[in-house]
Amino acid sequence: MALSSFFSERPSDLIRRSLLDIENLAREDLEWLLSRSQHHQPMQAEAVKKLNTLRGKTIVNLFFESSTRTRASFEIAAKRLDADTISISAQGSSLSKGETLVDTLNTLSAMRPDAIVMRHAASGAPHFLSRFLPTPIVNAGDGRHEHPTQALLDAITILDNKSSLDGLNVAIIGDIAHSRVARSNVHLLSKFGAKLVLCGPATMLSPNMAHLAERIRLTHNIEDAVTGADVIMMLRVQLERQNMLPFPKNEYFQFYGLGIEHLKLAKSDAIVMHPGPINRGRELSSEVADFPRSMILNQVENGVAVRMAVLERACGVS
Amino acid sequence: MTKLLIKNGHVVDPDSGQDDVLDVLIEDGRIAALDRAIEATDAEVKDASGLIVAPGFIDIHVHLREPGIEHAETIESGARAAAAGGFTSVCCMPNTIPVNDSPTVTSFIVERARRKAIVNVFPIGAVTKGSQGEQLAEIGAMKKAGAVAVSDDGLPVMNSGVMRRAMQYASSFDMTVIDHCEDLNLSLGGDIHEGHQATRLGLGGIPSSAEDVMVARNAILSESTGARCHIAHISTRNSIAIVRQARQLGIPITCEVSPHHFTLVDTDIPGYDSNYKMRPPLRTDQDIEAAIEGLADGVIDAIATDHAPHTGNMKAQEFERCPFGVTGLETSVGLSLERLVVPGTISLMRMVELFTTGPASVIGGLMQGTLRKGAEADITILDLNRAWTFDVSESKSKSKNSPFDRREFKGGPVETIVHGRTVWSAEKGCINLTE
Repeated sequence: MALSSFFSERPSDLIRRSLLDIENLAREDLEWLLSRSQHHQPMQAEAVKKLNTLRGKTIVNLFFESSTRTRASFEIAAKRLDADTISISAQGSSLSKGETLVDTLNTLSAMRPDAIVMRHAASGAPHFLSRFLPTPIVNAGDGRHEHPTQALLDAITILDNKSSLDGLNVAIIGDIAHSRVARSNVHLLSKFGAKLVLCGPATMLSPNMAHLAERIRLTHNIEDAVTGADVIMMLRVQLERQNMLPFPKNEYFQFYGLGIEHLKLAKSDAIVMHPGPINRGRELSSEVADFPRSMILNQVENGVAVRMAVLERACGVS
Repeated sequence: MTKLLIKNGHVVDPDSGQDDVLDVLIEDGRIAALDRAIEATDAEVKDASGLIVAPGFIDIHVHLREPGIEHAETIESGARAAAAGGFTSVCCMPNTIPVNDSPTVTSFIVERARRKAIVNVFPIGAVTKGSQGEQLAEIGAMKKAGAVAVSDDGLPVMNSGVMRRAMQYASSFDMTVIDHCEDLNLSLGGDIHEGHQATRLGLGGIPSSAEDVMVARNAILSESTGARCHIAHISTRNSIAIVRQARQLGIPITCEVSPHHFTLVDTDIPGYDSNYKMRPPLRTDQDIEAAIEGLADGVIDAIATDHAPHTGNMKAQEFERCPFGVTGLETSVGLSLERLVVPGTISLMRMVELFTTGPASVIGGLMQGTLRKGAEADITILDLNRAWTFDVSESKSKSKNSPFDRREFKGGPVETIVHGRTVWSAEKGCINLTE
């Protein structure tokens, strides 16, 4: 490659500290991350929310795609560990001056941060960069590929309500094809023995999804998907990622929106999840969003604990 | 009068059907004799014992990037890569800057090649002005200036009315229309084959149907106009089946396949490595099977590389931003031997045909690709036992975007002779025109 870098060859522990995706993460890494996240959960409700495990560490949050919750969550997580953080959004960065992604990242790396958190609209952007950078990268969502911290926070939210992931019936409903949340959750839940039903119209649910991991069933019928479910995960309709809208907008809710009546088909203690931002009346009804077993805000709360664990791992404090 | 005698080589010449140990005598850049035990006391003698002596190989699908994109490749560097790959002739696609859609650009390429290229370079003109798919380019005038075929390669002719008119018009000048078959509405947003790998990596898929519908359209238009149409880099089993059926109906349609399409599949793409990104994309095992079957039974007429150089910084971007295309001139013959001849799927004679008479007949009017007496002395010498490793950093191309870096080969070209002159040998590398 024509990319000269003044850094030496990347040590393998940097690769190990990066969090690029769930698919290639070893089970023991996942277990460590989940238990460390759970360790950080109680602190979120404390009066003084501060640890010093990342004192003296610098973390760069680089968001090439707009984000409110993920970005705030990473920033709060870093601050609660006493790291110094800066957040950069694509607007106003050198990318708008025509610099390539590699050059931008190499420039930032030259300032010796301890970790770079990045979100990018292109699938695989962090994987591609990790081949060139001397800094651990935490993937905060790459295109339609993965969103690993979302799957981790979803897992601990489920574990707040269920004793184990093994054998759980999980229905994931919506725009599976374009969802990084779906891919990360499929990999994580499958690794821990959950049974998955993926549901959406054929334009949003490629038959190839059945081969992504083990114990996956596909259906185009939402009643079928929620019947007997322990967990119902709704996905956001990704209008911004479509070249051509894969469904008629006006009838989406009628066939794939989650209404209160669907919950009767699920297990009596089933929980409802959504990665946000929610679209009331498109993916789920208002009653479902505000329903007692809706975990949408718990997911957001757990996000901070998960990202604290992920940043500790990235900075080598573990 | 300069004479060269190539002695004791195993001559494989599809045009004459020769498949035997013979001597080849070259006089003044032309084949003077092909026979047993030729005596020529005044000739320089080259011993080809144990080697294969074939007519010079032709690649009818390369991108030389000149004029306009000389940082990626030039006519000179591309020709050197061709020579190092065992090719004596290449046909270069018109998607340069400016597009080769006029006799001025065609003449520039012809003249530049005459001065700088160590192999024969035959320009392919554009079908439409600026390859915009609307108004016909000056096809007749480009032919007069040296163009051998027309194509809007890379920018498929989407408008069927324009394609029909182009076929009709080109046929008046006995020119083949070469089409990159891709329905852009079906492939929109796609980066790799629409299959498991695209789903797993979260990349946009290019469905096989994007190619199939255009191949079917072209077969129908070729039937109704009677004009020759050639399908570039065919990649799907359905497209190959369509061509097979069209040929049975007597439709004058031909096709080529690229070595990467009969060697790699979508699941071979490591991570997000853009050196595996090309259009059409790497497909599946079933598609490879169909391609190999077509190469064996004659439905596929030629092996062509679609050599598409891109500089490192163009390929070192987010996968979906990287341009499509890989280099291929230096690995084409090695891959063909490895994938087709060594397993015994096709004979060496058939492979040579796919690099010589096959492509020559697709283009029509090319005098290359034969060892007939009086023909241009363009010769490719192969050593089927030569073990070698492709090292992309040593590539003669200015660009290094190959998925075959560090691949080990058994068998490949060892010498390339153009117009009776050695322009490349495995031992000495490229030999410049001025030397």
